Amino acid sequence: MIEMQDVWKEYPNGTQALNGISVQIQKGEFVYVVGPSGAGKSTFIKLMYREVRPTRGHIFVNGFNIERLKDHKIPLLRRSIGVVFQDFKLLPKLTAAENVAFALEVIGLSHKQIRKRVREVLSQVGLEDKMDMLPSQLSGGEQQRVAVARSLANNPTVIIADEPTGNLDPDTSWGIMRLFQHINDRGTTIVMATHNREIVNSMRRRVIAIENGVIVRDEEKGYYGYDE
Amino acid sequence: MMSRIFRHLREGIKNVIRNGWMSFASMSAVIVTLAVLGFSLILTFNVAQMSTDVTSQLEFSAFLNVNATQQTGSAIAAQIKALPGVESVQVISKNEGLAQMKKELGSEMGDVLNAFKQNPLPIQLVVKPADPHQIDRIARQVEEIQGVATVRDPHQLAAAIFRTLAIVRDVGVVFVVALLITSMFLISNTIRITIFSRRREIEIMKLVGATNWFIRWPFIVEGMLIGLVGAVVPVLVLVYGYRSLYIRAKGVFSGLSFPLVQAGDLGVKLAVILLAIGLFIGLWGGVMSVRRFLRV
Repeated sequence: MIEMQDVWKEYPNGTQALNGISVQIQKGEFVYVVGPSGAGKSTFIKLMYREVRPTRGHIFVNGFNIERLKDHKIPLLRRSIGVVFQDFKLLPKLTAAENVAFALEVIGLSHKQIRKRVREVLSQVGLEDKMDMLPSQLSGGEQQRVAVARSLANNPTVIIADEPTGNLDPDTSWGIMRLFQHINDRGTTIVMATHNREIVNSMRRRVIAIENGVIVRDEEKGYYGYDE
Repeated sequence: MMSRIFRHLREGIKNVIRNGWMSFASMSAVIVTLAVLGFSLILTFNVAQMSTDVTSQLEFSAFLNVNATQQTGSAIAAQIKALPGVESVQVISKNEGLAQMKKELGSEMGDVLNAFKQNPLPIQLVVKPADPHQIDRIARQVEEIQGVATVRDPHQLAAAIFRTLAIVRDVGVVFVVALLITSMFLISNTIRITIFSRRREIEIMKLVGATNWFIRWPFIVEGMLIGLVGAVVPVLVLVYGYRSLYIRAKGVFSGLSFPLVQAGDLGVKLAVILLAIGLFIGLWGGVMSVRRFLRV
């Protein structure tokens, strides 16, 4: 499903972000990626949807060979992946429904198909009754739900989340985690970078810890393992 | 497919409106550019028509010595006719010349000529070369012939005006090229600003798997719209302006009595050229800005 073989990444400014990462993530897994700030978590995640290219090494995601992937094929890769961010990345002038529809419009679905799918995913995240509200009228948790709904819209096989609870209070965070759990139960792989110790320690899943650009720990049902 | 085209058009129009003042500025630049270009084109078309007109009727006159007889005239005419490249030689006798001059001067002034005891006019030979470009060479050869006093080109004035118009046109071309480059630059800058104000949308589009062309189209449409509007305005103004000028001048360039290019023909040509150039610089401006700013 996702496989990295001895992946290195050096940024043009000389930063050594990753120094030889090898990892395999199977279909349907739920994986936390933890580690101190600047350890390479974000780079690790960005490599998967080809936001960043590796300097060296091999990466395979959903059957795409990332290093050989032609530029014009990148959209195909991204349509098979849902991405969720700490800052939601919603368009402020579009309603919840329009934000989700935007992702579907972009890949060329018909209006009818879009309407149907928007309703489906918004009800899946429990926001069917708020679909015509603007992001500014929604709480942070609700906004993140819209973002999750958008990431689900294309029926991705993997959801990649970069600190999805970073801007949310604990109660709301748990709501989002339950949503991810629910999505994972349906067979979607989830890779989530997080700093949330409480969540990692209570909802025990595979933990990959990255420090100084290398994987220092990779355990099933692991712990967060860092003192704040 | 259709809905996608409509989407790109809609988004392109939105871009133009959202970026109102910059769009307006670049449209104005295109309008000025194409107005100058259109003006030069009108000039060029007319100059071109005039020059074919003039060259087709290009001929020159050779005047013989005043005391030359009609026989000498015919002999010299035959001699000129024998020169290579001469199509025809017409002999205007002293009497014919006098009658013509009387007619030109009118009855009152014509009486002045009666004061001469003898006809003061020389025999005139009107020489028409087969190839208008050979006129200078033939004129020089005729000048050498014994008995020929002077050689005069009746279209010297026209030729001088021509040269002036050609210079005006060439300067116009230089201006237009400079202005075209400026317009393209302005358009691509305008679109760059739109791209900047839409970078969040673009970022999200990329993340959810939009193809590069899907992202590009609205910006290219934006550029083409700016170019198109920038072309329509000068086309309307120039075509309307030329038409009313044409009607008022009754189709003739009054100073030189050359026919003007037909208003209808010129309007169509002008519209096609300016719209095509407007669209092209808009398109090019769009492509340029998108290429540099949408590295995916």
